[in-house]
Amino acid sequence: MGAGHAHGRLYRAGDSIVHRLPPQCKLVAVVAFTLVVVATDRERFPAFAGYAALLIVVAAVAGIRPPFILRRMTVELPFVLFAVALPFLSPGPRVEVLGVWLSVDGLLAGWNILAKATLGVVASILLAATTEPRILLLGAARLRLPQLMVQIAMFMLRYADVIVEEMRRMKVARESRAFAARNLKQVPVIARSAGALFIRSYERGERVHLAMLSRGYTGTFPVIDDISASRWQWGIAGTLPLTALAILAGSLL
Amino acid sequence: MHVPDGFFTVPVSVSAAAVAVAGVTVCLRGARKELDDRTAPMAGLVAAFVFAVQMLNFPVAVGTSGHLLGGALAAILVGPYTGVLCIAVVLLVQALFFADGGLTALGVNIGLLGIVTVLVGYGVFRLVTRFAPRSRAAIGIGSFTAALISVPVSALVFTLLYAVGGTSSIEIGTVATAMVGVHTLIGIGEGLITMVAVSTVLAVRPDLVYGARALARPLLLRRADGSPIPADAERAEPRRRTRPVLIGGVVITLLLAGVVGFYASSSPDGLERVAADTGFDTQAKPHDLADSPLGDYGVKGVENERISVGLAGVIGVTITLLAGGGVAWAARRRTEHRRRAGRSAADA
Repeated sequence: MGAGHAHGRLYRAGDSIVHRLPPQCKLVAVVAFTLVVVATDRERFPAFAGYAALLIVVAAVAGIRPPFILRRMTVELPFVLFAVALPFLSPGPRVEVLGVWLSVDGLLAGWNILAKATLGVVASILLAATTEPRILLLGAARLRLPQLMVQIAMFMLRYADVIVEEMRRMKVARESRAFAARNLKQVPVIARSAGALFIRSYERGERVHLAMLSRGYTGTFPVIDDISASRWQWGIAGTLPLTALAILAGSLL
Repeated sequence: MHVPDGFFTVPVSVSAAAVAVAGVTVCLRGARKELDDRTAPMAGLVAAFVFAVQMLNFPVAVGTSGHLLGGALAAILVGPYTGVLCIAVVLLVQALFFADGGLTALGVNIGLLGIVTVLVGYGVFRLVTRFAPRSRAAIGIGSFTAALISVPVSALVFTLLYAVGGTSSIEIGTVATAMVGVHTLIGIGEGLITMVAVSTVLAVRPDLVYGARALARPLLLRRADGSPIPADAERAEPRRRTRPVLIGGVVITLLLAGVVGFYASSSPDGLERVAADTGFDTQAKPHDLADSPLGDYGVKGVENERISVGLAGVIGVTITLLAGGGVAWAARRRTEHRRRAGRSAADA
């Protein structure tokens, strides 16, 4: 929906224990943690507080400051609006909150989406903020993500900034000629820029491919970083989902 | 439309992830055919393009704006396989590096924004361009229709998933109306942009538009004196490769019908719910066919309800496909017959 995408990279260089963990460990830990969160019954409120506390501990250890995380959390805004609308729209018995009659079920459903989405977003932010993008993709490759996928993602990461810059220059050119997108009539102008952008991207791709061939590209990238993980490092990364699982088990008792 | 964590239940997220993995695996093979050894850099740059284009906001109505999904655009420009692959990579990168879209919802997002929009968009595009005269205008109209339809269909599939495994109890009818309504508006913008963008590329570098390869004129050979050598008419006609798309679509539909049916809740749907609330279901007679082998979406003689519902879904889809395929086949035979008749008349 109309949120657009946040610009700029999330990665914050650092030298904490979280930064030093191999990427595949962190990836598995975050996915497992989010799965535990999503699987938690929505009425176990203390468990959610426990998960939030866990993430705060990780952020503190990694030295990621709260304002940074809060600013990046705006990506979930469209669904927050949906969650806020739920108590008004859902059927079922109603309760009075601050003078407004709200659906009990809707309140719980809204809370469910809000809590789980927020925990998921914060976990993802912490992962992206403590891992260099290239290394994170190498970690994904170690987790058997197909080589071709990894390479496509690497090219995309490398050239996304170039293409976005190119689009920005076209925007500057449009606006310096007094263009402003006000209604649907202006859409063809934007669309023509998109067409031009595609041709530029595609031709750049052809040039990149030829340049790579001339430098001996055979279809695979040499990996020079050693990112193998020791059992100890898996153990440290595993504490996040395992503690979350313990919290879930504790709340079930 | 980037679904966050917690919006769907774990079974739905996991089944969607399985469908997404299957779809992406098929597309990895297909993209190699579309781009051979250039796959990685070309698909990477196209993915960067899709990523940039998704930042283009366009005004939809007063006060709201939508942004491009780009599924149909990518499919028409670079082919369906590469299209799915590019969008899947964009979503993966957004989830991993921009925290946009939940990690557990990645399968749902790839399914909705990648596989559904590309399959629907490219299918509609082929349908329109097949029955229209081969011209640039037809490509433009095809692109518009493809993008226009792909967006609300994706919203509809979202609603279906929500009906199966949403985490709130809001009426399905309300969700469907809101989603399809908003996304039809977004679809109009998406259609316009896709049409003009494809036409722009077609005007400058027609060889880059995958969906317009049929427009390319066959190679014309001339003798030394300049007179053309007549080419074999049958061979000059480019072969249209629709079979992989068709097979992929069928497999995914069957998977959805079987797997999603397996997890489908047996609670009443919107209409049945309304019926129960208003009390008119007491007047309803059981359908005459309720005793038939597939009555009430279950297979008779299969005890496990979930497997039974899943089986019924698969069988239902197969019957629908056979019926639809029969009609399409008959129609195709007729057009081919007519074309041959027209050709022999022209020869005479």
